[in-house]
Amino acid sequence: MTSEPSEPVIALRGVTAELGARPVLRGIDLTVGRGEVVALLGANGSGKSTAIRTVIGQVPASGGTIELFGTPRRSFRAWSRVGYVPQRTTAAGGVPATVTEIVSSGRLSRTRFGVFRRADREAVQRALAAVGMADRAKDSVNALSGGQHQRVLIARALVAEPELLIMDEPMAGVDLASQEILARTLREQVAAGATVLLVLHELGPLEPLIDRAVVLRDGCVLHDGPPPQAVGQHALPGHDHVHPHESIHTGLLS
Amino acid sequence: MDFLNYAFMQRALLAAVLVGITAPAVGIYLVQRRQALMGDGIGHVAMTGVGLGFLLSTSPVWMATAVSVLGAVLMELIRWYGRTRGDIALAMLFYGGMAGGVMFINLAPGGSNANLTSYLFGSLSTVSQSDVVSICLLAAFVVLVTLGLRRQLFAVSQDEEFARVTGLPVRALNLLTAVTAAVTVTVAMRVVGLLLVSALMVVPVAAAQQLTRSFTATFVIAVAIGIAVTVSGTITSYYQDVPPGATIVLLTIAAFVALTALATPLARRRARAAAQAGPAGDPAECSVPATREAGDEVGV
Repeated sequence: MTSEPSEPVIALRGVTAELGARPVLRGIDLTVGRGEVVALLGANGSGKSTAIRTVIGQVPASGGTIELFGTPRRSFRAWSRVGYVPQRTTAAGGVPATVTEIVSSGRLSRTRFGVFRRADREAVQRALAAVGMADRAKDSVNALSGGQHQRVLIARALVAEPELLIMDEPMAGVDLASQEILARTLREQVAAGATVLLVLHELGPLEPLIDRAVVLRDGCVLHDGPPPQAVGQHALPGHDHVHPHESIHTGLLS
Repeated sequence: MDFLNYAFMQRALLAAVLVGITAPAVGIYLVQRRQALMGDGIGHVAMTGVGLGFLLSTSPVWMATAVSVLGAVLMELIRWYGRTRGDIALAMLFYGGMAGGVMFINLAPGGSNANLTSYLFGSLSTVSQSDVVSICLLAAFVVLVTLGLRRQLFAVSQDEEFARVTGLPVRALNLLTAVTAAVTVTVAMRVVGLLLVSALMVVPVAAAQQLTRSFTATFVIAVAIGIAVTVSGTITSYYQDVPPGATIVLLTIAAFVALTALATPLARRRARAAAQAGPAGDPAECSVPATREAGDEVGV
């Protein structure tokens, strides 16, 4: 071990990216150490979703370097170490699928040629139990509420038993009951040593878990340090104050 | 059952069963990706292949396979690189493919649009011995891909972005889906015809999902519907002397309508059962006021 506090799990240096002709990231530096919980904050259009999508390779970076577990992202192959929760879209697939089928697809990184063994099926059940969806295993995902749908997507990320969780707005459009289950699940993962990078619109119920906050504005890092306190949080660009106890914050209208 | 005595009917029925299996088996992934009309596009491109086959005096089936695979790969590449002008590029591919087919077949010695008709709308009597061999080989490939890689194809079709993070070769799987769809088009070409093949990829899947909640069940029922309509359509076409492609497609749509009518009361009963079981089965949801739950359902 070097003098660094922990080996970086994610390391972005000077990353730039464009969507179409529009520059979205203009040289981002972001390091996430092992066991750290880092929140990526910022207004809509600040580039926070694009930043994590360059990490997973969905958006190509036009410059800079990206490393996962010390390996350049292009040659990174150990994807079972990474669990990803994309920003929830309204679109389920065009064909019905059960909760189990969706969660099982997250286990593919642990299987050889997609052949499921007993350990894989057990992992699916464990992941469903972790998010409190075991009793809905055979239901179609089309029959679920927004919060339940989000819990399924988190189970899908957890089923490969990853060391690193990357989540894009996991609390958006989630009812209070599901928010509590999600916060509890995340707490258990962090206690077990998981590293977490999440995009958040506001710190909300996850605030106590977060070690560090990185705030983006116009594709640049504005703040990297301790999470903004209550007062500072209000001052964040684009922050709309919807308190989770008053109403459901959908994140879709803002 | 006297139709079984004719060699041409044996060949046609074998081809029909293979079409009934392969078209929905590929179609389910296209429907899942919301690219239901991709089969139609490939069908148009395949016309150029048929025309070229006549012009060069080679097998139209293999030539159509080659050209439609190329076309499908091209469509997939357009989807990656040219998102903004994608629809225009696709339109050019469709109409270029159709125009190319008409042009080549008329350039062929003794060729006319009449030769094309059996490929456009399907024909039983023209399924030759060598066609049957090609169809069997191509269908085997399609079944191998759609069943063997079902988990991978499901993951990529369901959520491409997530599939990337499970380490799946997303681009290769997308290309494979496109190629498999192209191969299916040429498998189905002789029986249902190029212009109607897409119906057999999409409608059995749509009909099956009236009844199902899972992907696996949808797959199985869609293939069962596919086999039922292609076989019964082929037999009807023999007795009534009507075109097989049109008969099969109309039967498929009839199956869709019948299953939808059947499923509506079923869905209502399920919804009632779920509403009764819901509060007891999921205590966490109880703390959420009912008015919010209704709002949560929106957009999922």
